[in-house]
Amino acid sequence: MTSPATDAPEPTLARYNFAYLDEQTKRMIRRAILKGIAIPGYQVPFASREMPMPYGWGTGGVQVTAAIIGPDDVLKVIDQGADDTTNAVSIRAFFARTAGVATTTATPEATIIQTRHRIPETKLREGQVLVYQVPIPEPLRFLEPRETETRKMHALEEYGLMHVKLYEDIARNGRIATTYAYPVKVEGRYVMDPSPTPKFDNPKMHRSEALQLFGAGREKRIYAIPPHTDVVSLDFEDHPFEIQSFDQPCALCGGEGVYLDEVVLDDRGGRMFVCSDTHHCESRRAEGHRGALLGDEASADAASATVKEEM
Amino acid sequence: MVSADTLEPSVQPGPPSAEKPLLSVEGLTRVYGKRIGCADVSFELFPGEVLAVVGESGSGKTTLLNCISSRLAPTCGTVHYRMRDGASADIYKMSEAERRYLMRTDWGFVHQNPIDGLRMTVSAGANVGERLMAVGNRHYGNIRRAAIDWLARVEIGEDRVDDQPRTFSGGMRQRLQIARNLVTEPRLVFMDEPTGGLDVSVQARLLDLLRGLVSDLGLAVVVVTHDLAVARLLSDRMIVMKDGRVIEAGLTDRVLDDPRAPYTQLLVSSILQV
Ligand SMILES: Nc1ncnc2c1ncn2[C@@H]1O[C@H](COP(=O)(O)OP(=O)(O)OP(=O)(O)O)[C@@H](O)[C@H]1O
Ligand SMILES: [Mg+2]
Repeated sequence: MTSPATDAPEPTLARYNFAYLDEQTKRMIRRAILKGIAIPGYQVPFASREMPMPYGWGTGGVQVTAAIIGPDDVLKVIDQGADDTTNAVSIRAFFARTAGVATTTATPEATIIQTRHRIPETKLREGQVLVYQVPIPEPLRFLEPRETETRKMHALEEYGLMHVKLYEDIARNGRIATTYAYPVKVEGRYVMDPSPTPKFDNPKMHRSEALQLFGAGREKRIYAIPPHTDVVSLDFEDHPFEIQSFDQPCALCGGEGVYLDEVVLDDRGGRMFVCSDTHHCESRRAEGHRGALLGDEASADAASATVKEEM
Repeated sequence: MVSADTLEPSVQPGPPSAEKPLLSVEGLTRVYGKRIGCADVSFELFPGEVLAVVGESGSGKTTLLNCISSRLAPTCGTVHYRMRDGASADIYKMSEAERRYLMRTDWGFVHQNPIDGLRMTVSAGANVGERLMAVGNRHYGNIRRAAIDWLARVEIGEDRVDDQPRTFSGGMRQRLQIARNLVTEPRLVFMDEPTGGLDVSVQARLLDLLRGLVSDLGLAVVVVTHDLAVARLLSDRMIVMKDGRVIEAGLTDRVLDDPRAPYTQLLVSSILQV
């Protein structure tokens, strides 16, 4: 599904350096990335640049991608798991134009995947880089707004406050109700905000074969999880960490054990659940899997479709 | 130099002579530019002992308290603390990590204004449980039970455990602050005007409660107050400060009944006239 680099650099953009940023800025960002890799989970300050898009559109992730991308890379960009949302499309187009790289929607074919709010369902492998767009990198900010104090807390490994937050959750809701940006401890040392991904994706970060890089543009921070790093979600002994579970498979591809989005079908309360990872869903359907909405295994070529409807 | 111990050599208070001081302050001075905060203060505090620091506004009480509780670096002088293993440690030679650990386990600090000592946006239960979580307790049920127990000890009902302190009265907030400090069973608690902002009737109740807790737990306390009645009720010994210096020190009853320094006499008589 790789779309070849059809968008060759346009003449009007020719004055920009490869991947938009100048080489000096890229080197500065690479140094921050290397430091982040050397100290997994530690937030490295960097001199975030203005990008030709507003903050909140992933300028941190874009700068990280710009600093690591080369002409042979194949880029995939997702927003909430989808390749076709405005944000994902425009970032993909940005790099297709400014770096002339190939882009793809297929997770296995990508060498760099920039993401907002999801980790692909397809297991990432060695050599791939996942770049997260991060709005607020500081997990302690919720209870301690002073930056001087949170830095000290990280330095001295004073993380009691993170559990105060989880305690409040249980006191109010009877269980840990945090469902996204769920805090993790990286390599037994730094507590880290995984960006607003659903906690469903937290286990995917643990000992991932891929390199994971996090860029916060407005907050000027970069952090990293090198491959094979321990990433453990915080919890209590009597309230252990759990991921979301869905009581029905994807209505389109019948997939289970994946993260589903709720889609409202009509104004009479009709709704369905479908894969948030659009590429995962499409490839399952291409393999012949069918969900309830598409007629289940009735389809002739859906020999291996999941049967789960007799319940 | 005037110190609590040199002034009163014949009547060393309570603790058996074999016992070593918990806190030893020597020649402590803090200046703010040219202004003196406190100057050349020395005293010892024994386990389970309550020391009141009294004096008029601006006499250096808070400066002294902050210096001995490691919250404000002194200009010169030393503060030694006897750790649980019996070793004496210079608190300003410890690493910051060690010092902060001490502050949230073996020490407590009760601020005059509870807002400075509480997290106003989390529940009473979490306020009390925070120190337990900070030292690694990871069992929600146990933390909550401990919080409810401590709320009861400071006369706050279990039904308030999930309420935020901003819904509490001034007296309740102060009691919550006390519970939050005592949950790790510290050996030494610093208090800066703990009854300062409260109504007289609320003050009396809080003082009663504090007195009970201090004796039940065998706490050592340094309490700053400008209220001699608070010193009388809570403390075994007291030091009187003026212009940053200790001008009189001794057993509380002795100082209040038979003040020697002219300034203390004035202070005591002005109170008695009320
Ligand atoms: N941050 C500061 N900068 C400059 N001078 C200070 C500072 N803090 C205190 N001082 C000065 O040090 C002296 C002692 O002040 P301190 O606050 O210790 O007194 P206090 O006995 O606690 O008074 P109060 O009863 O009003 O709380 C005063 O002269 C005060 O003006
Ligand atoms: Mg004061």
